[in-house]
Amino acid sequence: MSTSKMNPLEARPLPSQVVKDDEPILVAAAKGGDISAFETLVGRYERKIFRLAQNITQNREDAEDVLQEAFLKAYEHLGEFQGNSRFYTWLVRIAVNQALMKLRKRRPNQVSLDEEIDTGEELMPREVEDWGPSPEERYQQTELSGILSSVISDLDPSFRIVFQLRDIEDLSTEETAEALGLSIPAVKSRLLRARLKLRQKLNRYFRRSENS
Amino acid sequence: MNCRSIVKELTNYLDEALDSTLKASIEKHLEHCEDCRVVVDTTKKTIQIFCNSEPAPLPEDTRTRLREALERRLRRVRA
Repeated sequence: MSTSKMNPLEARPLPSQVVKDDEPILVAAAKGGDISAFETLVGRYERKIFRLAQNITQNREDAEDVLQEAFLKAYEHLGEFQGNSRFYTWLVRIAVNQALMKLRKRRPNQVSLDEEIDTGEELMPREVEDWGPSPEERYQQTELSGILSSVISDLDPSFRIVFQLRDIEDLSTEETAEALGLSIPAVKSRLLRARLKLRQKLNRYFRRSENS
Repeated sequence: MNCRSIVKELTNYLDEALDSTLKASIEKHLEHCEDCRVVVDTTKKTIQIFCNSEPAPLPEDTRTRLREALERRLRRVRA
């Protein structure tokens, strides 16, 4: 029987919220030197860590480096993992640190997460049109992936990373703040802007009038 | 509660991080404001669409290089 959390909005577990029951057993085995247990963890999370790295760095080569460095560091520091959080949350923190280092190296003057950002933009949504139920079902999976990847890559990095951690990787607001060295109000402010911007960008694909 | 306050509290509302009084005032506003209902609903769907999206399979060459890097490290540990 799965012990996954239920999403109150949809009454079904979201993929990122499904915690495999055997994760603590695999981590304990890997800590004890069982290499195949660690390889199972790698196989379970490699796609998500690669997507995370790509979304942060926006560069395939950097994302591949981050993927390797994150798993190598996780293996090297496995003894320090206390089990106070999920293994995946711990792994995400390692990957985010690696990805931010890459990003800052590539664009040293453009990436600052710790400054309060005042874009001067009005928060009030300009386009208000209903999407109808299950708008994503109008697109094929690969087409939908392309749309999501394109709209998220347009976001300012400081909004994109917060949205990625909070809404895609399912970290809590506190975990996101800790991973990025931000205050909780700063995380909430960036998350609100990111959600509204993405909503606006997706509006052109999902609004009812687009398909009527 | 006006439309501007709804947008300001949107993230806390969607994350169920509001006290019951504020939540009730938002829901009262939503009962009669169609525009805010649409904004709340489409923002909720935005989160769901991203959250439900499955990551693409790892490119084969990327997976091979990851396995090789791990193997090199594990070999050093074993030695």
